Amino acid sequence: MTPLLDIKDLAFTWPGDTDPVLELGGFSLAAGEKVFMFGPSGSGKSTLLALIGGLIRPQSGQILFKDQDLVELGGAGRDRVRAEHLGVIFQQFNLLPWLDLINNVMLPCRFSRARAARAGDVKGAAEKLLAEMSLAPELWRRRADSISVGQQQRVAAARALIGRPALILADEPTSALDHDRRLDFLELLFSQVEAANSALLFVSHDRDLAGRFDRAVDLTDLNEAQEQA
Amino acid sequence: MNLLGLAWRSLLNRRFAVLLTVCTIALSIGLLVLVEQLRSEVRQGFYRSVSGVDLIVGGRTAPVQLLLYSVFGIGDATNDISWETYTQLKALPEVDWAIPMALGDSHNGYRVLGISPAFFEHYRFGDSEHIEFESGQEFDDLFDVVIGAQVARQLDYELGDQIVLAHGSGNVSLQGHDEHPFTITGILAPTGTPVDQQLYVSLAAHRAIHIGWERGVQMPGSAIDPDVARTQAEELRPDAVTAIFLGLTARAAVFGLQRRVNEYRAEALSGIMPGITLQQLWRITGMAEQVLRVVAALVVVAGLLGMLTVLLATLGERRREMAILRANGARPWQISGLLVFEAGLIAAAGIAFGVALALSVQMVAAPWLLSEFGLHVGLTWPAAWQFGVLGLIFLAGLAVGVIPAAMAYRRTLADGMQIRT
Repeated sequence: MTPLLDIKDLAFTWPGDTDPVLELGGFSLAAGEKVFMFGPSGSGKSTLLALIGGLIRPQSGQILFKDQDLVELGGAGRDRVRAEHLGVIFQQFNLLPWLDLINNVMLPCRFSRARAARAGDVKGAAEKLLAEMSLAPELWRRRADSISVGQQQRVAAARALIGRPALILADEPTSALDHDRRLDFLELLFSQVEAANSALLFVSHDRDLAGRFDRAVDLTDLNEAQEQA
Repeated sequence: MNLLGLAWRSLLNRRFAVLLTVCTIALSIGLLVLVEQLRSEVRQGFYRSVSGVDLIVGGRTAPVQLLLYSVFGIGDATNDISWETYTQLKALPEVDWAIPMALGDSHNGYRVLGISPAFFEHYRFGDSEHIEFESGQEFDDLFDVVIGAQVARQLDYELGDQIVLAHGSGNVSLQGHDEHPFTITGILAPTGTPVDQQLYVSLAAHRAIHIGWERGVQMPGSAIDPDVARTQAEELRPDAVTAIFLGLTARAAVFGLQRRVNEYRAEALSGIMPGITLQQLWRITGMAEQVLRVVAALVVVAGLLGMLTVLLATLGERRREMAILRANGARPWQISGLLVFEAGLIAAAGIAFGVALALSVQMVAAPWLLSEFGLHVGLTWPAAWQFGVLGLIFLAGLAVGVIPAAMAYRRTLADGMQIRT
């Protein structure tokens, strides 16, 4: 079976920099696989996620995602792939503060018809995900900036999951939470990722969480640019 | 909720800054429209005031000055015309009718005109409309007075009221014609022209109240007894009149007559055609109008720059918002589109409110212009070309929005998934 994501000989240098921030010989991820990626700050994890998200384009290499090479694909094509097949959760500031929870969750479906079609009843799907993320219905119409950070991260997870994307990218989603909430959040995220049959690439510097994943990789080992530095 | 819905919510979130920007643009547009509206309305008002008069004749003076004091009651005459000249002009074959007028008196700041009954018959305003009586009729007795609509309304006069005229124009008059009270016999219907701001007495009455006056002062005990004056009413006539309105049998004769008036041997006269003299007046005021227009246009530019400032200032704080939209599948052009849409919405709202503001100010200013200058300013919709200009300003607003949009476009491409700090 071909992997969902297959990265080969990737090199990326930020415009204006002389040295590449990321040089990746190979990394792949199977459909439905939950991978923990350890990466301290500066290890190039945000760059890697932006590359997988198709927001930036590497100078060389290959990013095969769902059998399409994102590097070959034009900007519009990458935008479409991202909208259709990716869910993202950041460390913080995931939500549009002036929008209510429901509309924040429905956001990806506005940019992709295919994703909205997969979600079916978009509003119903958003409500279901919010409920499953233990967010009480009375919160759903509140502005996103009126709820706690822990609640915001669960809303972000619900948004990432709407329309069952093939891959969820999570960039330190738990680092703003205290220990207990961290585990609770992970529990909820796992159950929903499994229900949606999505793969999960979870990047964190917190190795304690690694044991719960199918596989753990160390980005510092993978990234040849960092080794040279 | 589609993308525009998101843009709307985002705008609502920043409503205070957005509202201020809309106000700035509305004020600038309001000024622009108002300047143009008042300019055309005031001109229209001037044109309305004199219609059907082919030639205005006065003592030798500048054409614009003659027009202003004879029709609009602005300024004073420096030279009169002798009664003989008046009778000669009136007798010319090409002259159909002549309205002589004698100025020099006032009542509570309103001008009093000594006129012949021809005035009520031949004077026209607006679209060749006749003067009509709201109530009462022309003067019958020597000391009867007919008053304009505005005079009646402002001073709360009714038919039969007795009033006293003052010597000289203006509000403050040291000497009055106290011995000769006048009775109001007629109130004219409103015309929306200076006719409403004036009082009318017969030329004989004008003469009668000035008997015994020399160099602007009345010789003590020299005033004529009203009843004596009444017996002599037939013979009373002024020595001179201030101006004459002439109507010709054939309009084509006006150029020839004007030349003859200007070359009149017995005394120095000026003959003017009202329409042409108004054009001269516009040439004089045109410069000031241009300055006002330029100022208004610059204020609009300032308004648009203000919008640009606000959009650019919010760009920084909205960077996160844009990154979130981007991470969730928004295309760069959609992000840019949001900003252009926002600029367009602000500009459109500003323009709409600005036009409304201009029309309201016009509505409020209209009574003041009417009472102060006798100018009737109608509440007309801006002309088609003005909407063309407003359309161009809207496009300029969109173009202003393109600047932050282009910056946002480049930034979203460079930022990656999350803001790089």
